[in-house]
Amino acid sequence: MISFKLEEEQQIARDALREFADQVMRPIARECDEEEKLSEEFLAQSWELGLVSTQIPEAYGGGGEERSPITNAIILEELAWGDVALAIAALTPAAFAYAIVDHGTDDQKQAYLPLFCGDSYHAAALAVNEPTVAFDPSIPRTVAEAKGDGFVISGVKSFVAMGDRASHFLVVARNNGGLDAFIVPRDAEGLAISKNEENLGLRGLPTATLELERVELPASARLGGEAGSDVRQLLDNSRTALAAAMVGVSRAVLEFAVPYAKEREAFDQAIAQKQGIAFKLANMHIETESTRWLVWKAAAQLEQGIDATRSAHFARGYAAEQSMWIADQGVQVLGGHGFIRDHLIELWFRSARTISVLEGTLGI
Amino acid sequence: MIDFEPTEGDQKILDQVRAEALICRNYARYYDEHEHEFPPEELEEAKGKPNVYTMFAGRSESDSGIGIMSMLISAGQTWGDYSVRMHRGTGGLGNAALRAAGTPEQNEKWGETTLAMAITEPGCGSDPSMVQTTAVLDGDEWVINGEKIFVTTGCRCDGVVVWATVDKSAGRAAIKSFLIEKGTPGFVVAQKEKKLGIRADDTAAFVFSDCRIPRGNLLGGNEEVQQKGSGGFKGVMKTFNMTRPGVAAIGIGMAEAALDFTRDCLTEAGFEITYGGGLHSAPAVVDKFQRLEAKYEAAMLTILRAAWLSDEGEANNTEASVCKAKTGEAVRQITQGCIEILGPMGISREHLLEKWFRDVRITDIYEGTGEIQRMIIARSLLGYTRKELN
Repeated sequence: MISFKLEEEQQIARDALREFADQVMRPIARECDEEEKLSEEFLAQSWELGLVSTQIPEAYGGGGEERSPITNAIILEELAWGDVALAIAALTPAAFAYAIVDHGTDDQKQAYLPLFCGDSYHAAALAVNEPTVAFDPSIPRTVAEAKGDGFVISGVKSFVAMGDRASHFLVVARNNGGLDAFIVPRDAEGLAISKNEENLGLRGLPTATLELERVELPASARLGGEAGSDVRQLLDNSRTALAAAMVGVSRAVLEFAVPYAKEREAFDQAIAQKQGIAFKLANMHIETESTRWLVWKAAAQLEQGIDATRSAHFARGYAAEQSMWIADQGVQVLGGHGFIRDHLIELWFRSARTISVLEGTLGI
Repeated sequence: MIDFEPTEGDQKILDQVRAEALICRNYARYYDEHEHEFPPEELEEAKGKPNVYTMFAGRSESDSGIGIMSMLISAGQTWGDYSVRMHRGTGGLGNAALRAAGTPEQNEKWGETTLAMAITEPGCGSDPSMVQTTAVLDGDEWVINGEKIFVTTGCRCDGVVVWATVDKSAGRAAIKSFLIEKGTPGFVVAQKEKKLGIRADDTAAFVFSDCRIPRGNLLGGNEEVQQKGSGGFKGVMKTFNMTRPGVAAIGIGMAEAALDFTRDCLTEAGFEITYGGGLHSAPAVVDKFQRLEAKYEAAMLTILRAAWLSDEGEANNTEASVCKAKTGEAVRQITQGCIEILGPMGISREHLLEKWFRDVRITDIYEGTGEIQRMIIARSLLGYTRKELN
């Protein structure tokens, strides 16, 4: 049945996180970016919301709620509206945990899920991106090969969120012609973790480059065990998640530009009263809405277990193009004020360019 | 629950629509090239078969809403052809106005007839408050004078709802809707227009010269002219809330047809169209095609969003404009892009693609141009009145 109806719990979650984003995230977004430093207090506050543990089964100490990519997409839009770097920091453990819930063996669930059900923030991250030209997540350069009962993995992964502290990484690699994901502990021999990367945007988010040089792993490190896992579904999921975050950035830009354009006067009237600006705002709204529905469609398919590859491709591709365009228009509406760092528009412009080239990273 | 999958019940109807569309498509080229013939009321293939709308009986509450389904059916039909239908349904834009603004007596009297809607004039399009057609009360009759153009279903309708001003000095508040039956002396159907696309469609121009109609033919019956505000005008504008998504759906069906044709051509030529890869892994032509597909998806979802709100009984004025603006642009880009992909093959009249390219162009013009829609969206975003942003 085709419907856009939010469940009551989804509305409650959206409203609560909208408030959290506004009260807790917005006030510290600029400072975290300028100082290139995450707020530990924020991580603790976000952990208290139970965002990560809620959809982990009770048997492993979680909240036992059904996995819901739609609910998570809605949550992600709100948090990214607050700040994308902080949103990714808060939800990086969730991306790892959801992969284990969705694809892990019982032993893997038993071993890793309780890590995310404790009282304090615990980091583990997806390692999907690679620093190669025209990166394609479906054919990574990182390769696994069988050795005895286990595997040996070699390759380079970049933009690994919370790389400064993650206890485990879920590394996507080519294996025997297909794709697999491997759980690599931080202290694995042959794994070198760089100091924090210096990036264009999301400066408050610590990210690292991982160099894996013949890292030896036991058979149990392969996600899904002997059967392996549907890595394509995992990538579809993270694409949809990234797109949801991009909608949050787009909405942030639009909601900032609208009151600004009403207040700013030129030639005896508000600039919003001029069609050149008003139509820009209308187009920004049209594309923010369009992108959100593409995200919801992909998320609904993920939730229903329908093949979401095509929808996730559209959501991510469209969101990448539109969120960058919207942020660009936002700068233009503010004119010179869009270029100086007093306003968050400047930060969102860099956030949009950064997040829209990523793969992996998030999960819903 | 957020869900984008049609139910089994929905699918049965949509399958029927597709089967009919495939038949209608066989007639598409003929009526495009024979502009002055009308497609038949009922195709030969339709004899003895029920109208698709009868399948709505017996649907359950867990099936998709009626507004959503109307959009999908419209899109499914124009996927076949803009003008040719297995069974021509009754009702035009004027019927929607009658239902929204007519008195019970008026609905009783004209509910079963096909009514066109005449708003546009040679000198007034997007700004209907500039209407020059006049209605003057003379005894118990209104006397109508003026010209109307771009009247959809104008040749075949039984009557028409005409916008006319009862007092030119009073602006928009003085614009009223009048129901004029075909055959009324002084009402002349001047011509069937010659057009870029939707050539088989019945688009007429009307002339009214001292055309006298009963006093009771004023739609809604309210003769008062409010001197301040524009209450009466807004009453009329309300009818647009489902017609904007409706015309968007009509456009998107043709864009989908163009995409399906192009996909088949690409596949036949050996291009593999897959979706899981990186943003730069596909050949340029496949990447271009997929970007057009994403535009289609995005536009379709905005249409469904506006229709869903209406099904829920919620205001959808802004969303109706969002979907109209989005789709008006998307269908142009899609059909133009498909021709670009196929090159010389795309412009050949051997295929329907060039026809779809012409047919969709009206989508961003009628029922309010893309610019008008953006004006409505911007006013809503900014909380501006018509006076503050125009």
